[in-house]
Amino acid sequence: MSEGKIRIAFYWMASCGGCEEAQVDAVSDEPSLINILDIVFWPVAVDFKKEDVEKLPDKSVDVALINGGVRLSEHVEMARLLRRKAKIVIAYGACASWGGVPGLANLYSREEILSRVYSEVPTVYERDRKPMVKYVAEEGVELELPEFLPILLPLNAVIEVDYYIPGCPPTPETTLNALKMLLSGKIPPKGSVIGASQRALCDECPLNATKPEKILVKKISRIYNTRIDPGKCLLAQGIPCLGPSTRGGCTALCPKAAMPCIGCYGPLETHIDYGGKVISFLASIIDSKDEREIARIIEEGLPDPAGLVYKFTLPASRLRLNLMKWGGRSV
Amino acid sequence: MGERFEPKILMFACNWCAYAAADLAGTSRMKYPPNIRIIRVMCSGRVDPQLVLEAFANGADGVIIAGCRPGDCHYIEGNYKALRRAILLRKLLEQLGVESERFRLEWIAASDAKKLIEVAQDMVEKIRKLGPLKVVREVGKIE
Repeated sequence: MSEGKIRIAFYWMASCGGCEEAQVDAVSDEPSLINILDIVFWPVAVDFKKEDVEKLPDKSVDVALINGGVRLSEHVEMARLLRRKAKIVIAYGACASWGGVPGLANLYSREEILSRVYSEVPTVYERDRKPMVKYVAEEGVELELPEFLPILLPLNAVIEVDYYIPGCPPTPETTLNALKMLLSGKIPPKGSVIGASQRALCDECPLNATKPEKILVKKISRIYNTRIDPGKCLLAQGIPCLGPSTRGGCTALCPKAAMPCIGCYGPLETHIDYGGKVISFLASIIDSKDEREIARIIEEGLPDPAGLVYKFTLPASRLRLNLMKWGGRSV
Repeated sequence: MGERFEPKILMFACNWCAYAAADLAGTSRMKYPPNIRIIRVMCSGRVDPQLVLEAFANGADGVIIAGCRPGDCHYIEGNYKALRRAILLRKLLEQLGVESERFRLEWIAASDAKKLIEVAQDMVEKIRKLGPLKVVREVGKIE
């Protein structure tokens, strides 16, 4: 790292902008960072172009923080370019790490998605218009636009990723923890999740003290039609809170606000498959031995298990990633 | 082509009932299809849904969890735990494109070698009709 400065690049792929927000928040919390960060690329805020990155010598960028899932051919191209230029590539946030919320689109084919978005939704008026890769602009200039890939991929499916910073988005604290760890020179093993906790969320949740020894409920509740007691373990109230199987590090922001954990910090190191783990503990709290009653409780309380247990990890789940043989790491 | 599809089916068999039934089938020289690969576990309630997903991810065309009949669990209620998980897991598998026939939970008593064989034969037949597991649609490769 030259002259005490870190040359840093940011990039966003299929994401919502929340990760940028979180990065700005992190720097506001620690303004001294501004003096040591030398930003070489940041599409959301700074006017550098792709060719500026291409001109940089290989491995001349210290860290590249990439957020969002890989959904367009452009993302693949840019991820590979940044991999060439950067010494350390970090998958920043849930989408880059495992696909995130946009990854739920993998439950549908590309054709189904395009047809839905461009033809079927009631607010679309020009139903014959379809996205195209080649387009001739009014001035006669032929443009080549990025292709919408068949599925959304986590970053590690297309390039080698050194570290992961989890969260949707990662909290400023998590981001700072990770940056400080890298600055301190204490380099963790490749592939590590950095900045977050090594233990489950329940471990840092203030409601954990009210968690009974054994949780058994007759009903799994949906949050929209339930009055939640903010002082009591949410799982014990029958709210599907994913704390027991989710990595901590966010300081239990959601449960503190009486909202269940939705799993944005992803799996712990010991998990084979995040969704499978959630199924395991969530089904166990159902207080019934009757097949039909269990089915009814599940039907009423958990109508969309995939959307719940793979909200952030579907593209990296065992069944989805392994069978595709994209070469990425599954969670 | 022309060769018959031989499904690979993984069975998690509880030590006290289903595995004993498989043992009994063996010592009684009863035959069941070789497509079934048995993994002995101490209790059907010990089978984490992650293991079922892992089995499918590693190429199993079908998975059976076989435990004691309701009320007979050696650990009092491990099999009920398996039941709750199986119902939720099956729903998830369907959403992911795994046909519900590919995942089964069966109660097989230690003395019921006949049922074990029937379950094995029925499962092989059903999966043979379904063909190999195709979870993900053809997606092509990124160049």
